[in-house]
Amino acid sequence: MVRYASLAESVGHTPLVGLPVLSPSESVRLWAKLEDYNPTGSIKDRAALRMIKAAEADGALRPGATILEPTSGNTGISLAMAAKLGGYRLICVMPENTSPERRDMLTVWGAEIISSPAAGGSNEAIRVARQLAAEHPDWVMLYQYGNPANAEAHYLTTGPEILQDLPEVTHVVAGLGTTGTLMGVGRFFAEKKPDVKIIAAEPRYGELVYGLRNLEEGFVPELYDASLVTSRFSVGSRDAVRRVRELLEREGIFAGLSSGAIVHAGLAQAAKAVKAGQSAEIVLIIADGGWKYLSTGAYSADLDSSEDFLDTQVWA
Amino acid sequence: MSVEVRIPTILRTFTGGEKAVHGKGVTLQEVLDDIDARNPGLKERIVESEALRRFVNVYVNDEDVRFSGGLDAPTADGDVVVVLPAVAGG
Repeated sequence: MVRYASLAESVGHTPLVGLPVLSPSESVRLWAKLEDYNPTGSIKDRAALRMIKAAEADGALRPGATILEPTSGNTGISLAMAAKLGGYRLICVMPENTSPERRDMLTVWGAEIISSPAAGGSNEAIRVARQLAAEHPDWVMLYQYGNPANAEAHYLTTGPEILQDLPEVTHVVAGLGTTGTLMGVGRFFAEKKPDVKIIAAEPRYGELVYGLRNLEEGFVPELYDASLVTSRFSVGSRDAVRRVRELLEREGIFAGLSSGAIVHAGLAQAAKAVKAGQSAEIVLIIADGGWKYLSTGAYSADLDSSEDFLDTQVWA
Repeated sequence: MSVEVRIPTILRTFTGGEKAVHGKGVTLQEVLDDIDARNPGLKERIVESEALRRFVNVYVNDEDVRFSGGLDAPTADGDVVVVLPAVAGG
């Protein structure tokens, strides 16, 4: 059944496709869960709709309200779609060093954008959004980094979809940003199939993005519970670009840059299983497609210049 | 041979501006002690009461050491240790 009463209800139910060329053997297989099949083209539709629904249910969000959210792009785009459906005004605080496509898409769905300084990346966007929230107490900040509905969306949908499509799953590899995907999927498998390994792939940005004034200004999302994660890897822009191209060349999948980091971490898990003589069914959560990153040159420029440019950007 | 430790911008005041320093040791703890001997004060910015500071992440060959033994995480010749402040995504 692929008929839905509305766009909002069509969120999720994304395909899980095999990666026969990248899989090392019959007993160590990789699978891609294609989240770009969601209405705005990313996994964030799941969290955005759930956060809005929860805020409506508890009375925080009333008709005609203004929503404020710090975002590096995808959550903002998903919220813009959901805000349009719900009749809300949306203001996104976004680092200025993000791709123009993300800005264009926010505008398409009617969101307003406030740029935060490039140095400091999303940490800085959060700081600016908190300041704005204090100045405008009537605005509603859903705050994806600490909103339980973010993780709950994945506990209720992403996790169960994976288990239903691949009951023999042994690993789930997902990106680490808000930690919502990892926390929700991690909690689901901790209850239903605790031997599944939850692997976090975290983008490692260039120095500009880590340009904090002191270490106390670092940021760990309130949602994060390290006990739900098995291991965590840091992937730089060069490896992410290399892998996103490999996924395109060898499997025909046009994915976004954060997914390059996920493929990198997933292939390392596959190699580890082969070396240990174990079988493995590894799910890679492909968070979005490559469309929003075309202008970065990641799919066309030579690897060195892609790396140099991306190291100035919040690329995931 | 030794372990390379990459230092984030905000901690380079302890390394005379160097982006990376080298240390010896078979655990992260030993490597940090070794580099601290030549860059006094550096370790204290990374470690607090025998654990990593909350907003500091340390990776050995790209793996977060909080999942591989913490300060006891093994290190070997040629390994790369990366120290980074924790940042958000999303």
